[in-house]
Amino acid sequence: MKQETTARVWPRDIYDTFKRLGIEQVAFVPDAGHTQLIRDCESDNSIETVSLTSEQEGVAMLAGGWLGGKRGALLMQSSGVGNCINMLSVIQECRFPLLMIVTMRGEWGEFNPWQLPMGQSTQQVLEHAGVIVQRADRADEVGEVIYAAGLMTFSSNRPIAVLLGQRLIGFKDWSK
Amino acid sequence: MMPNQKQPTLDRRAVMDALLKARGDSLIVTGLGSTCYDAGTADHPNTFYLWGGMGAAAMMGLGLALAQPTRRTVVITGDGEMLMAMGAFATIGAKAPKNLSIIVIDNEHYSETGMQPTHTHRGVSLAAVAKGCNFPRSGTVYTEQELASEIPGLFTGTDLAFCDVKVNTQRYPMSIRMRDGSHIKNRFRENLFGQKAFD
Repeated sequence: MKQETTARVWPRDIYDTFKRLGIEQVAFVPDAGHTQLIRDCESDNSIETVSLTSEQEGVAMLAGGWLGGKRGALLMQSSGVGNCINMLSVIQECRFPLLMIVTMRGEWGEFNPWQLPMGQSTQQVLEHAGVIVQRADRADEVGEVIYAAGLMTFSSNRPIAVLLGQRLIGFKDWSK
Repeated sequence: MMPNQKQPTLDRRAVMDALLKARGDSLIVTGLGSTCYDAGTADHPNTFYLWGGMGAAAMMGLGLALAQPTRRTVVITGDGEMLMAMGAFATIGAKAPKNLSIIVIDNEHYSETGMQPTHTHRGVSLAAVAKGCNFPRSGTVYTEQELASEIPGLFTGTDLAFCDVKVNTQRYPMSIRMRDGSHIKNRFRENLFGQKAFD
């Protein structure tokens, strides 16, 4: 059971923001929080969508995309951040831009204790790997936060991760 | 598993020389280690050299190939580097870009770290992995003649291709000192886009 009851508009805000930013490559390991966004991107012929076996593949892929002149975004769940660490050294050493959109688990009402180790360390791990971290916790700020992060990553050639708080996604209530 | 029966005899620098002579206007991504040093013997601004990020080469190639659909992207990497990117075979095979080739210079060993055998020395076939991952072209070559017959398809073909080139364990010194990642990236992009690379 999801606590959230109203229809989500913020996934569409992310898609609209991608269009404003000129995003043409979207790589992802699926997460329930990104379901609608992935569907929107896949139905857009001007966006190349790539389903990955592991998140680190997307870090390397979007670096290659930027070499070829395309802006991209990488979607993942917080558990995938740990898979990216050494690949982020390529981003830092080469000053590649990288826009990561991370849906958070293990931080608010989480029912699965196995999500906590990575969820609780996501921000620190990213920061130690040289990634600038920003957050959106309210539905009405998601589009704006991602737009601002996108402007900054592509103008500074530095990686930025936007963490989408678990309060946005809702949680499974296992109390009954 | 028994070691491979066939003893590789090709020389890695002779292989790289043959590959780079066929480059045309293709865009090349090397893996870290020996393939980076081999490619550095004939430096070119259309070559992006990875000096780190083990396992990155194939996926960088995918991103580049998707971004530059009218040109061919050729990844030239080592067996150890590619073994760290086994998932990339599946991701690339599923996407199946027609303008990407992946070439593994396979000496069946980790050259940089003391010549420990890799899994390709123990019966693992990367060409079979590629075939199982939906690559329409995939093969393993042991001789100059076989290499020569594969090269046109790898550089001017019209489909996703994989080629495992078996080479001996001869080591060579580094050929290239340019290792600043930001510089390598900027040089590559400036060559493609001119001043727009820095917009």
